[in-house]
Amino acid sequence: MHFEKGEIPVDYIKYISRKNAFIIVAFLLLCFSAAISLSVGSVSYMLKDIFKTLLGVHVSKTLDAVIFNIRLPQVIAAIVAGAGLAVAGAVMQSVLGNPLASPFTLGIAQAAAFGAAFSVMVLGAGFMRSSTADAVAIVRPGLTTMVAFIASMVATGAVVLIAQVRRGSPDVMILAGVAIGSLCSAGTMFLQYFADDTQLASIVFWTFGDLARAGWKELGIMAAITFSCICFFVANAWNYNAIDSGEETAISLGVNVRLVRFMGMSLASLATAVIIAFVGVIGFVGLIGPHMARRLIGDDNRYLLLGSCIIGGILLLAADTAARTMLAPRVLPVAVLTSFVGAPVFLYLLVKGYRR
Amino acid sequence: MILKVKGINFKYKSRSVLKDVSFEVGPGELLAILGPNGVGKTTLLRCLNAALKPEGGSVFVDGKDLSDLSRSEIAKNLAYVAQRAEQGRLTAFDAILLGRKPYIGWRVGEDDLKKADAVIRALKLESLSLRFLDEMSGGELQKVSIARALVQDPKVLLLDEPTSSLDLKNQQEVLRTIRHIVSGHGMSTVMTMHDINSALRFADKILFMKDGKIFSASERARISASMIEEVYGIPVELGEIKGYPVVLPV
Repeated sequence: MHFEKGEIPVDYIKYISRKNAFIIVAFLLLCFSAAISLSVGSVSYMLKDIFKTLLGVHVSKTLDAVIFNIRLPQVIAAIVAGAGLAVAGAVMQSVLGNPLASPFTLGIAQAAAFGAAFSVMVLGAGFMRSSTADAVAIVRPGLTTMVAFIASMVATGAVVLIAQVRRGSPDVMILAGVAIGSLCSAGTMFLQYFADDTQLASIVFWTFGDLARAGWKELGIMAAITFSCICFFVANAWNYNAIDSGEETAISLGVNVRLVRFMGMSLASLATAVIIAFVGVIGFVGLIGPHMARRLIGDDNRYLLLGSCIIGGILLLAADTAARTMLAPRVLPVAVLTSFVGAPVFLYLLVKGYRR
Repeated sequence: MILKVKGINFKYKSRSVLKDVSFEVGPGELLAILGPNGVGKTTLLRCLNAALKPEGGSVFVDGKDLSDLSRSEIAKNLAYVAQRAEQGRLTAFDAILLGRKPYIGWRVGEDDLKKADAVIRALKLESLSLRFLDEMSGGELQKVSIARALVQDPKVLLLDEPTSSLDLKNQQEVLRTIRHIVSGHGMSTVMTMHDINSALRFADKILFMKDGKIFSASERARISASMIEEVYGIPVELGEIKGYPVVLPV
């Protein structure tokens, strides 16, 4: 088959450049948000002192301690968790063909939380403290991640199975997510029933989700796994675009839909599990992040996935900064804020009729 | 012959859906598959597309057995247009470029962009190129899907009821586009459809299916009223208006 020779479409190239520019601007905004977040808190610092400290120039001992021991780990945790949860949501939405999918709405986050709580309470992967600032200390992060991952994979398996049986029915899938989420929350409650007062307070606090919990070691694991997953997802962007255009079409384009779906769901669950294991359940970022990105940059996964990462990072960073400063010196759990924003957005999507 | 289908059988659970289906389609030929609902038309198309694995029989494209080819090699030989196109916040150009998927390695090359541009020009879709799919009408979407299939550079084009959700004007436009492309570019084309009048007007050959088997496969000039009556089980009259064959249920 031969067509007349085509030309490089100038308008399209311009359109693509605008998308690239958008990603760059969003990334700069993320860096800017990170700088602001580092400078504010119960004590505020000048931005220039923050930069100096980050570059290794000694300003003051307190600043060094505040930046490197408290704020920087928290900022990185916010960015990594926000990016990971949002990209996991974007991938789940694509491979399941369901705009309401996200780690939280499918019950996968709750399952990971149950797994993490199980590892701490039953398998002795960590211990409870009475201090609310650091309620749970995880001494064996590998084990906790593993158990959280297994639990989230069981939930994922159930969701994927239901998706196969009841093809193309987003509502059924979400209802299944509600059931799975409730089951896992009940499991966590069951563990709480056997906890003493201090432990109980700790678990309750822990299930809120708090970014201050992760230390440098946990951050390293979280960042490495999340980053690897993001790279895998971005490399599969064309496959997700093909699946978005319909399963039949994707197959005719040579895509192994089952494998792509299985790998996408598995790695999205892994990223979710490792994040939840270290910072607790943070709801709705995985739903709002991708949807904001869709509004701003469209459904093309080549840009959507990176856009979701950046927007997810900015969202969680903003929520965390707000949680630290709104009622300072008291610190609100960040998950409370994300749910305050996330739940109305979810309802809005339901009412408006979801569009992918 | 470009497309050769030999003795395809397919079972869904224990129910036999396709029984010993064989036919051939030459270059530039448009074959319409018709038959009552649930007779296995879409299943047959999905077997050709390698989306379903037939229990027996083989599909050959250009002499090559599809079961010997990898997924992306199959995609380079056969393109498929689904009944309904998904709408998303994606430009028509991106949706059409997706047809290069079997050829794209790490990133889109200049050739891929040029190919998409050429098909857009051939189908006169320039004005749609940067519009989003979720702002398009059914007919426009269907043309974009056809363009995506053409960008795949296939030898065989498979269309599953391409006009089922379109109004009269769009049906005509889409079928004219298909006819024009098939004749002009020599692809073997298989199209399932319900509208027998359109099939008589646009297809070269018509294949009737009944109970999972081929009832008849013939040039459109040889289609008779009794044939149609036997397939659908209702009396019809076959006439002509302004030189076009017309089937009228009576």
